[in-house]
Amino acid sequence: MYNHLETAKNPENLKRVIVDPVSRVEGHGKVTLLLDADNKIQQARLHIVEFRGFERFIQGRPYWELPVLVQRLCGICPVSHHLAAAKAIDQLVGVDPENLPVSADKLRRLLHFGQVLQSHALHFFHLSSPDLLFGFESDISKRSIIAVLAAYPDLAVQGVKLRKYGQEVIRMISGKRIHGTGAIAGGMNKSLTKAERDYLLEDIDQIITWAAASVTLIKQVHESNLPYFDDFGTIPTNYMSLTKPDGALELYHGGLRAKNAQGETIMDHVNYCDYNDYIHEEVRSWTYMKFPYLLSLGQEDGWYRVGPLARINNCDFINTPLAEDARIAFKAHSPNAMVHSTLAFHWTRLIELLHCTEAIKELLHDPDIMGLDLVAKGEKRYEGVGVIEAPRGTLFHHYQVDENDIVTKANLIVSTTSNNRAMNESVRQVAAEYLSGRELTEPLLNNLEVAIRAYDPCLSCATHAMGKMPLQLELMDASGQLIDKLVKHSNGQIERLA
Amino acid sequence: MIKPILIFGYGNLSRGDDALGPLLINHIESHCDLTEIDILTDFQLQIEHALDLEHRSLVLFVDASVACINTFDFSQLSAARDKSYTTHAMSPAAVLAVYVSIKKQTPPPCFLMSIKAESMELGADLGKSAENNLQQACLFVKQLLQEPTLNHWLQQTA
Repeated sequence: MYNHLETAKNPENLKRVIVDPVSRVEGHGKVTLLLDADNKIQQARLHIVEFRGFERFIQGRPYWELPVLVQRLCGICPVSHHLAAAKAIDQLVGVDPENLPVSADKLRRLLHFGQVLQSHALHFFHLSSPDLLFGFESDISKRSIIAVLAAYPDLAVQGVKLRKYGQEVIRMISGKRIHGTGAIAGGMNKSLTKAERDYLLEDIDQIITWAAASVTLIKQVHESNLPYFDDFGTIPTNYMSLTKPDGALELYHGGLRAKNAQGETIMDHVNYCDYNDYIHEEVRSWTYMKFPYLLSLGQEDGWYRVGPLARINNCDFINTPLAEDARIAFKAHSPNAMVHSTLAFHWTRLIELLHCTEAIKELLHDPDIMGLDLVAKGEKRYEGVGVIEAPRGTLFHHYQVDENDIVTKANLIVSTTSNNRAMNESVRQVAAEYLSGRELTEPLLNNLEVAIRAYDPCLSCATHAMGKMPLQLELMDASGQLIDKLVKHSNGQIERLA
Repeated sequence: MIKPILIFGYGNLSRGDDALGPLLINHIESHCDLTEIDILTDFQLQIEHALDLEHRSLVLFVDASVACINTFDFSQLSAARDKSYTTHAMSPAAVLAVYVSIKKQTPPPCFLMSIKAESMELGADLGKSAENNLQQACLFVKQLLQEPTLNHWLQQTA
């Protein structure tokens, strides 16, 4: 492990390199490297520099506003926040998951599959495919979706249309692509009409075909340079996710499962309402983002990864045939019980994308999605917890309300926060293995960004702010004197200032 | 049936002045005849929005901008390869470039209205200045929509 690179022994005597911000991730992240005189990495950290104001945004609002309000926390996965909030406020009106009307449950699942599909499509085709198709150290002008469109036009168009299809699923169910009001306390506010269902069915077979092709592509990319892909940013970790009671992959509702790096079970089928008994969050002075950990293993060993890699590692099978075949092939490529390659996030993300397309087709053929029994009622409660597998990983919403239905306390653990320690470890691994001792250049520094991007972090979500700024690299000597400065402007131009 | 004119306001209603784009759309929705006009909002621009440009005769993007010097700016857009390493958001010019790549044809005439913004903090209300800027921008857009022709819109650019 590379934890020894979190804090250098003599930082005042080291050269400092800042990568600010990390590009093609949402929000504002910054990587700092401290180098010794031989350009050996002595310290590497991923900093989150925006202010955290999430819970304050929610407190003081009536609970019924939350499914709409929380969508505005994130422009990338608003539906995940929408559904996690809805699951939490179901409990506030006395409705447990097993009592949700069947039609409402299936419509929410369909909505969620649409969200995961569009989010995964965006990440692979728009944000990651330039690195994967052109190389991590390729010319910066190639590292964009426009270049992919030029070199791989069919693939890029498929990416656009996959994303569009996911958005259409969301629009049909919630009325709008964003700010929709599909889920309400205790259920859903509308079902699909036959016309809406038929409209979505028109293209689903083509969408499944494209999704399957994307899995084939990422498998080829990964296996074309297996040692490199298996080693880059790779760290053995614990993994956490929801699973179904039978151990199948689950994105909407299930029990918490955690496994260690050897694939041994740490916890299983845990009721997520009791998450506070299993997960704690640590604060560190140099970043606004918290560090969650499994209480049973302690702060030092209890950190874990969430998201596609965790879900595919943790589950026993996938209940749709093409995705299950893809999962089996994925697991077979490694001799180990758990796959720890950070770049395998891409492969697993596309397996999930394929699963979503298959699951959407299955639900579109289920008459329950046109049912009219949509809302259940129960006795008021004062506390609710909603947990969902968002595209980036397990997402927790926890609310307490007073007698006037006003939220008095909110706690959210977003997926990127759970991956915080792992992203830092991956940055350290890449810094130590690929950068240490070499002259720093923009393509080399892109390696750091590639490691971070594999997690598809939503730093906007994790720290609750958005932003994009130019990239700035500063090299300082041991006395703190600036000796080199490289600026990458927002138009992509590189300028050496020192 | 796709309507010939698209007005697309993007931004986040809960981030102070970032709400300007969607708020302008709300105003148009409640004050204008939408027989020939489609309205659309989203948090930010993305690749699939290129498909929303298909079969349009005029498109107006509306966004909040802290870089805007005037109350608002109105200009015609050209497709441009977005070389920037971006976040999950794209520029309108890059969306047009995606359209060109996908459709292998020139996009419809597209314009950008940037409304001057100051603060975009999560949970903040629209600022007083932004409120005034929005009023001015709404008047301007309503005037644009009274004569939705390319020549007329081009004459209104600075």
